[in-house]
Amino acid sequence: MGDYKVPELSEFTEIPALQDGSMSHSSPFVAGPEYQEPLGFPGELVEDWHDKAIGRFGDLLTKSRALRVYLDSCVRCGACTDKCHYFLGTGDPKNMPVARQDLMRKVYRRHFTFAGKWLPWLVGAEDLTEEVLDDWYSYFHQCSQCRRCSVYCPYGIDTAEISMAARDIMDHIGKGQKYCNEIIAKVHTVGNNLGLKGPALANTLEGLEEDIEDETGVKVRLPLDEKGADILLVTPSADFFAEPHVDGLMGYAKVFHQAGVSWTISSYASEAANFAMFIGSYEQMREVALRIRKAALDLGVKRLVFGECGHAWRVAYSFLNTLAGPWDFLDQNYPIPQHICEFTNDLIEQGALKFDKSANDHMTLTFHDSCNVARATRMGNKPGGQFEIPRAIARAVCNNFVDMAPETIREGTYCCGGGGGLLTDDLMELRVKGAKPRMDALNQVVQNDGVTHMIAICAICKSQFSKVFPEYGMEMDQVVSLHQLVGNAIILDGQETDGEINDETEDGAAPAETEE
Amino acid sequence: MAYQLNGTTFEADEEGYIKDISQWSRELAELIAEDENITMGDDHWEVVNFLRQYYEEYQIAPAIRVLTKAVKKSMGPEKGNSKYLYELFPYGPAKQACKIAGLPKPTGCI
Repeated sequence: MGDYKVPELSEFTEIPALQDGSMSHSSPFVAGPEYQEPLGFPGELVEDWHDKAIGRFGDLLTKSRALRVYLDSCVRCGACTDKCHYFLGTGDPKNMPVARQDLMRKVYRRHFTFAGKWLPWLVGAEDLTEEVLDDWYSYFHQCSQCRRCSVYCPYGIDTAEISMAARDIMDHIGKGQKYCNEIIAKVHTVGNNLGLKGPALANTLEGLEEDIEDETGVKVRLPLDEKGADILLVTPSADFFAEPHVDGLMGYAKVFHQAGVSWTISSYASEAANFAMFIGSYEQMREVALRIRKAALDLGVKRLVFGECGHAWRVAYSFLNTLAGPWDFLDQNYPIPQHICEFTNDLIEQGALKFDKSANDHMTLTFHDSCNVARATRMGNKPGGQFEIPRAIARAVCNNFVDMAPETIREGTYCCGGGGGLLTDDLMELRVKGAKPRMDALNQVVQNDGVTHMIAICAICKSQFSKVFPEYGMEMDQVVSLHQLVGNAIILDGQETDGEINDETEDGAAPAETEE
Repeated sequence: MAYQLNGTTFEADEEGYIKDISQWSRELAELIAEDENITMGDDHWEVVNFLRQYYEEYQIAPAIRVLTKAVKKSMGPEKGNSKYLYELFPYGPAKQACKIAGLPKPTGCI
């Protein structure tokens, strides 16, 4: 898998010695015409790419006041320099957030500020040369848009917005990224990132129903396209396909079953993820989000619940209303949209779920806050709910839970290393190195507290850790879904047990409808 | 990139997934596997054949659980788990086995 060295773990993540240009070779596959054109982007680098790029840049500046403020307001204080996981893992100074921003800022100054137009040498203004464009392509694909740096920036400069804008400009001149654009086009045609069509989805869900029945003796349904269901579950398609994601999906199904609610998955909107956010395209993001609206209307649901997916929850929580609202046709007594963790936690707080926590006793767990959930959303009705609610669920279903070092979790959480459209095989070196800060913190609780597994609530995090854990000497199945643990511990009415657990309800009794 | 077999060129994408899935043959599969440092044994073939059969019906590779279940049925419970599948295809049964089976790469958060 390439000739690079996997970083050595340390007790604390230290600021690495600078290695100039050490990641300048890292660059994802460029999207060919077959992936560009379906999104309305030019198939290949256009001849007048420079003028087109500056033109698009100008458009973005008029549309986004924030972008201009971010480009104007940096005072080079240095607070962000050691905050990026990719810098900490690679030592490449261009992965310092300020340096990444400067790749765009210098072009901004040259074309959009008075001083930069007339005295470029005085203000660090530079032309968008071919070399600069190559740097853009390389280093704006070494930002996972996790926004950790913005937490520490005294001006709140959001590097994610800058990297999204840069990717949007590159898309518009024909230099898009294959991974993201192929996936977005697939959502438009098939309904999900995977390209999983209705019959395959139905077959997969049937198989999962069989598995749950084999395991518990209870018929738990995973309904597809059921009109009139109360809840539409929108979940990342990885939940249907990969491990440990699918264990989480079975966990949601058990919770819905036990809550006695009617729910359904939609084959038309079988994807929570919205990769259009990663490429900074509002138009694409809206088109993807509108699928959810159409599915909700067609199926006549009353509620919208999102599964475990980090950036999906950002799009849902922060943008869904402007993208695809108004949601006046849904039941206003419930949060619109609602996170599966909120749904489960409400039931736990009401005492409506019973657990056998010992089902998770073979593990000692810790929780990885996913960047988009941690820094761009909330859960529940109290500040910090996005940190507390998943942990409350973990503690309700597991006996052994330990947090990692405080500066590496909650709003200071490190990205898994694969977010923001970088979870692709052609960026494996970046992904492995970028995981180092999280791996350092995890290794500490493994060594000191006997942690065996790490919980994630994001499809990207789960896939990323399954892939990079073995590089750091761990097993791929040491990352687990939160609802996998819920699914392990939940006691379903009528469940076959080992005889140790007292099941109070009668065999075959219908589950009680639970008010929330 | 491209594969050369008996004087014929088979076009593939940057990662070695063949572009025209109808061009697939057992010989080509063995060549792709060789590129991946895999020697095809009976168990590898069993998986590859199942993938192709599933693809024919559903136009996508099977989910990992569907695959492990099928393997369990045909090869027994000690082999019907993702650990064993990763032994056969160290870079992942979904991606690496798909490449050898001549199927498109599954995309997304996987």
